[in-house]
Amino acid sequence: MTTPLQQRFVDQILVMLGKAPRKPRQAGDFTERALKAHELKRMTNKTDLAAVRAAHRANERNHKWRNRRWATLICANLLFVVSFYFDIKILEGALTASRFIGFHLIDLNSALQVMLAHKHITTNLLIGAGTVLVLWMLVGGRSFCSWICPYHLLAEWAENIHLWLVKKKLVTDTPIDRRLRTVFWIVFALLAVVTGYTVYESISPTGIVSRALIYGSGLLAMVWVLALLVFEVFFVRRAWCRHACPIGLTYGIVGIVTPLRVKYTLAGCFHEGDCRKVCLVPHVLDTVIKGRAVDTEVPIGPDCTRCGLCVDVCPTGSLKFDVKGLSGLA
Amino acid sequence: MNDEKQVGKPPLSKERRQQARRRVLRTLLLSGGVLGAAVSGYLPVVYARKARLRPPGALDEKDFLASCIKCGQCVQVCPVAAIKLADLVDGFGVGAPYIDARAQACDFSCDAVQCILACPTGSLTYDKPDFLPVRPGAQLAAKPVFIPKQNDPEPTLNLKERMGVARLTRPGTCLALQGKGFKGQARGPEFEGMMRYMAVDRWKPIPIRDHPYDVEECDLCVRECPIKGAISIELVYMPNGTQRKSPVVHEPCVGCGVCEMICPVEPTAIEIVAREVWRS
Repeated sequence: MTTPLQQRFVDQILVMLGKAPRKPRQAGDFTERALKAHELKRMTNKTDLAAVRAAHRANERNHKWRNRRWATLICANLLFVVSFYFDIKILEGALTASRFIGFHLIDLNSALQVMLAHKHITTNLLIGAGTVLVLWMLVGGRSFCSWICPYHLLAEWAENIHLWLVKKKLVTDTPIDRRLRTVFWIVFALLAVVTGYTVYESISPTGIVSRALIYGSGLLAMVWVLALLVFEVFFVRRAWCRHACPIGLTYGIVGIVTPLRVKYTLAGCFHEGDCRKVCLVPHVLDTVIKGRAVDTEVPIGPDCTRCGLCVDVCPTGSLKFDVKGLSGLA
Repeated sequence: MNDEKQVGKPPLSKERRQQARRRVLRTLLLSGGVLGAAVSGYLPVVYARKARLRPPGALDEKDFLASCIKCGQCVQVCPVAAIKLADLVDGFGVGAPYIDARAQACDFSCDAVQCILACPTGSLTYDKPDFLPVRPGAQLAAKPVFIPKQNDPEPTLNLKERMGVARLTRPGTCLALQGKGFKGQARGPEFEGMMRYMAVDRWKPIPIRDHPYDVEECDLCVRECPIKGAISIELVYMPNGTQRKSPVVHEPCVGCGVCEMICPVEPTAIEIVAREVWRS
């Protein structure tokens, strides 16, 4: 007999691959205490709703985690730049592969592309990719996306423009099919095997932006990145990161076993849904919808980028960063 | 947002249908755009209009592009910044390193072909894995003797295959063939290329414009060639029977491009044919 949380664990992996989140329907889908909590919530009176709304508005300017994340992202990329520019040899290379004070670090998706295309694995490639694998297993899979990837930051700014245009009713916000990313992942893996070229690397905005920052090279390739951003501003919110990027899926798979994640606590939540509005991957936050949480505490699934926007926006502290196994110590 | 509610409920409102259509269209637009962009990488490869000179120790072009992870660590270790990263026009080679020898050749002033050491994926390698074939003539007959180190206990460079071969492509403009000398900055006052001159500074490359020449008969390509026995001035017979002096390239040439960089005539009389093999 699988517990509701185990069911959700499996379901969230499928959700990452593009499935719509499963809506818990019968009593067996919930734990006892979750059922009780939902029951109690039905009995709360609605008079304090005005106070709740005020709390939400007051929280709008809370950007603690976003600021920390932007600082980390900018510092990490700047470290690459200054390492080369001033020849201080701390972090040499680019995001696809680098050396941190001599230790090889190799991006998992790039390593995969090279292995599939070249069909040969060198020791350094294995060491570098292995180190990154362990590192990102510890610090949370897709946290690579929101805390390191330079394209993510550009896309985040483009997203703000997009949302402003949506508010002015100048563009519509139509999400696209989330299964596309899984298809892309498979297609690019196959293309690497069949053609013998690292096809994905030639269009990867992560690599292109990273190299442009560090070496000032590939400025023509930045036109492609710009085209992606324009598409995101005028057509689909965060199209690349949400619906296309195979790197995101690779790190998402790593994130399945990672102990660092955002945890949802049912008790204090008012189900206002602000967190879902700011989220890059709102399908992982289906659990915050009223009556959906299968337990009183629900860890957020592997597609979550641990960006912390939901943690910032939540006025009740129902969404918090959490390390599995350490929560008892805090 | 709440599309999961609608699953399995056939009578969709007009607005819903429009939304669904828009969704399909945008999915197709993104798929088409991304795949189109990805496959467009084929155009330059298929038409292969320009053979890039790759850094020393590079695998054969196809294997090189397959294994290069495009990190630029080779760029970072080069003391004369000879290595550049390619742009979109190089298709699958976007972000892959190349050398424009005329602008800045590899003079091995790092002494140890450090770009090979920096490469994390074996795209640049001292020892080619066994399953990769070596093209006939690409292999050097012997380890190249590096002139700046020729008196050291270990005078050779750890390089087994050549990057290309130098060729006197414009003999008509060659100063040596015309019996002319050369005086001044080899490439003019604006040229930014660097080279390590052992007599000036053993450890630091200097701009070529800071090292003017004054030679009775031009032999710059031979004089600055870092590989022992790769090029020499020989007496050659012209078609009309007259005897002239000419630079002649020999088998040890690794294709580093120093001769192409230093050649003082414009356009250069001697050039590296990238990925060319030695034909006797």
